[in-house]
Amino acid sequence: MAKSDVKVLGAWPSPFVMRPRIALNIKSVDYEFLQETLGSKSELLLKSNPVHKKIPVLIHGDKPVCESLIIVEYIDETWSSAPSILPSDPYDRATARFWAAYVDDKFFPSMKEIGFAEGVEAKKAAIQQLVDGLILLEDAYVKCSKGKPFFGGNQIGYLDIAFGSYLGWLRVTEKSNEVKLLDEAKTPGLAKWAEIFCADPAVKDVMPETDKLAEFAKVLAKMRAAPPK
Amino acid sequence: MAEEVKLFGVWGSPFSRRVEIALKIKGVEYEYIEEDLANKSPLLLKYNPVHKKVPVLVHNGKPIAESVVIIEYIDETWKHNPILPQDPYERALTRFWAKFIDEKCLPALWNSTWSKGKDREAAIEEASQHLNTLENELKDKKFFGGEEIGLVDIVASFVGFWFGALQEVSGLELLTEEKVPKLCKWSYEVVNQSVIKENLPSRDKLIAYFSARFADASK
Repeated sequence: MAKSDVKVLGAWPSPFVMRPRIALNIKSVDYEFLQETLGSKSELLLKSNPVHKKIPVLIHGDKPVCESLIIVEYIDETWSSAPSILPSDPYDRATARFWAAYVDDKFFPSMKEIGFAEGVEAKKAAIQQLVDGLILLEDAYVKCSKGKPFFGGNQIGYLDIAFGSYLGWLRVTEKSNEVKLLDEAKTPGLAKWAEIFCADPAVKDVMPETDKLAEFAKVLAKMRAAPPK
Repeated sequence: MAEEVKLFGVWGSPFSRRVEIALKIKGVEYEYIEEDLANKSPLLLKYNPVHKKVPVLVHNGKPIAESVVIIEYIDETWKHNPILPQDPYERALTRFWAKFIDEKCLPALWNSTWSKGKDREAAIEEASQHLNTLENELKDKKFFGGEEIGLVDIVASFVGFWFGALQEVSGLELLTEEKVPKLCKWSYEVVNQSVIKENLPSRDKLIAYFSARFADASK
């Protein structure tokens, strides 16, 4: 299929945008990456995602698909030849979806909370909450991977994509708070998994460098602090 | 091997009722266990240690939590009478709307009933917008799923049934024929679908429950 038949609307710093890009890479599907400018939304974005006006959006032919994990499932079902992204067994699929929802609904907010926490005690509590979450995810990793490198087994799967896409921001959080969150001592499996995930061919070109992301975080913080126009 | 299916739920919860509807659509026999949320059973805590919430489906000893995850599991395990469409694009749209309802509509509708002051005003405004979005999405379809009910209709039964009851208690007028005529018509159709009708909580019991809570909240 011609490259222009598949477009991803997004932005390089977004963990959500990374997800469909990783999925398309796994399937060896060429796509055009259209980047939104920070602070404004393109006509195409507003037309393709009128309900949420958010990135990422996958545009396949003329059909827009929205919501990062829904896009990943769409990619898996549309380009259905191997490698598969979702596991084949329904119970394993339910487990992967459960943990992906946990990562988005609990883990990510607790990561943001560290940035918002004011004062030493609040920050400590927020960090502890995140670490508790990582310990749960370590347990999930051990159960899902069954001794193999990824949550998905020998290859990157749905839950690897869902959780792994946050690794860039997790490292920024570690750096700006001078704390080790993904600790070899507390979460050995995940610490090793993180290295392998980020080095994977489907991931390495779309995972932003931590320094670049940290710079971007500062730009974002300034924008948010600036008085509204 | 005999199928052993258990469902942990709560009589008034739209989330556990939606799983029951899915099981009934598939004709799957199950054992229902009513939980007391003020006094959660050891089994519930064992089967859903992460969230400690209902619903939890246990199939041959293996637990699954999160209502939409459970329904997708049910749809993939018992393949007749499909709840999600077959086509990948249609599936993506179905999942999109189910997520929109759960993440945007339900909280706004809930908050428009229970919050106070400026928060309430904001919630009412948001809820109105979301109901309009659903109205526009329904277009000329009988159900969100087309001619037959599907995942979106099941998830949206909160709007059709629970919010109808909440409205009666709070006096809010958001889901009205004047404002969202197609959605009202859909509500009537969906709530009268036998598989849904037979698996909803008693409206009187729900109204009594919400009225008592509303009275407490107004003190």
